[in-house]
Amino acid sequence: MSSIANHTAMVKPSMENKTTEPSPKAPALAAQKIAVSNLNFFYGARQSLFDISLKMGEKKVTALIGPSGCGKSTFLRTLNRMYEMIRNTRAEGDLQLDGQNILEMDVAKLRRRVGMVFQKSNPFPKSIFENVAYGLRVNGWKGKLPELVEASLKRAAIWDEVKDRLHKSALGLSGGQQQRLCIARALAVEPEVLLLDEPCSALDPIATAKIEELLFVLKDSCTIVIVTHNMQQAARVADDTGFFLMGKLIEFNDTAVIFKNPARKETEDYITGRFG
Amino acid sequence: MSFRYAWRKFVNVVMLSLTGVCALSAVFVLIFILGNLVYYGGSNLNWAFLTRLPRPVGETGGGMGNAIVGSAKLLFLAAITGVPVGLIGGVYLAEYGGKTFSFLVRYTADLLNGVPSVVMGIFIYTVVVIPMKKFSALAGGLALGVMLMPIVLRSTEQFLRAVPGSLREGAMALGARKWRTVLTVVIPAAYKGIATGVLLSLARVAGETAPLIFTSFGNPFWSHGWNDPTDTLPVVIWRYALSPYDDWHRQAWAAGFILLGLVLLVNISAKLILSRGMSSGRA
Repeated sequence: MSSIANHTAMVKPSMENKTTEPSPKAPALAAQKIAVSNLNFFYGARQSLFDISLKMGEKKVTALIGPSGCGKSTFLRTLNRMYEMIRNTRAEGDLQLDGQNILEMDVAKLRRRVGMVFQKSNPFPKSIFENVAYGLRVNGWKGKLPELVEASLKRAAIWDEVKDRLHKSALGLSGGQQQRLCIARALAVEPEVLLLDEPCSALDPIATAKIEELLFVLKDSCTIVIVTHNMQQAARVADDTGFFLMGKLIEFNDTAVIFKNPARKETEDYITGRFG
Repeated sequence: MSFRYAWRKFVNVVMLSLTGVCALSAVFVLIFILGNLVYYGGSNLNWAFLTRLPRPVGETGGGMGNAIVGSAKLLFLAAITGVPVGLIGGVYLAEYGGKTFSFLVRYTADLLNGVPSVVMGIFIYTVVVIPMKKFSALAGGLALGVMLMPIVLRSTEQFLRAVPGSLREGAMALGARKWRTVLTVVIPAAYKGIATGVLLSLARVAGETAPLIFTSFGNPFWSHGWNDPTDTLPVVIWRYALSPYDDWHRQAWAAGFILLGLVLLVNISAKLILSRGMSSGRA
């Protein structure tokens, strides 16, 4: 992993030299995990994403910010095709995961590789153990469940809080614990990419801090895309940040650049709180 | 204290009492019925009444064992014919149905639910009893099953719809296919409600008389198998209550008590299951 980090550090200066190019621009990346180009998205006849193009690096954290309704959650849901649960939706364009076309992949296999954590924690009304084991069972895991459940709960930093109550209902956990359980559930199937849709919006600052710490650790093993309304959060956790406005990707760049020296006026206005 | 104030207080007391009395009267009717049943039929309630066959007129004793068993047989038939169709149809409506088709099915189910039970009896008489040239437990069970089907269908659909969409998303985001999501997450989340709906539908048809008069008819002896006329509690109550014999009237009251008792038992346990179901998540 460190080789990738070094490599990234090495190519960053060259990226800064290219800041004269028109936005949105992609930061130079060591290894691309997800490459999106010319994505258009429609709810029925209404278009809600316009010509989105961006590239996300492997084992990096990408934050998507922007006002409510700007399309950042919709964009997130194209990456694992969760939008297909809503009727009359349509995505057009080129979405690639490791060079494979996302729109043509078997959707169950895609979602096994691209996990998701939702805004509101949604543990199943089953035991804590069964929640984590669910993805493994669904994907026909034949190995020993307890070891993997334990490992996943440990990765989500919730093992110590639940190890004595694995077979009690997950609904008895606090909101923050439920959200970390949902992360553990997503991690159990060892996704290559983890999508987080405002995972902390319903949590208090302490629970939020725990999840952010978790993201720093998870970064070593998977690519993370997080939608957030909290700009401090984006600044804290993300390597790259994309700013969405009215269905368009206005700017995409290194997080430090977006927050300190945005190329576009809309980005600056949003970040400094002049609207949104 | 002005007159207006006193008047307002008076009106308030009158209206409050009136609403209270109206609310109580609903409870009172049930207590009155239960009291009546015990008063008139209580002397007949004993073990023999629950297990023996009826005796000929004029002989004391005897019981309604055959009718109790008959009712159970018919409810069993109704359950195995109506419940699966209702359950699976309910799953389809809640999880898969397109707009127009679902609307049509839902509307039809509600209409079917509103068909008078006597009409349902005649329907089964025409399509089952006449071709078979025989009244039978099977025909009676089918009649009850057809009545129960739309109730189970609609209640199943509603309980499934009440399951939050976020659970479906959670399962599908892990790579579960739709059928698997429905089977392993949505239905388990709603099963207590679904079970309650099934129990209540059984309680509802257990007391039906009219559709059985043309289908399972009646039979004062043990009915073996599924292909013979069969006595059931509601039909026996109806027959005995119309008879001119005091002893039969008392037996009808006693049978009424048993029937109502069973229905109340099912109703109360269904409500208990449901109230636990809603809170058991937070154990």
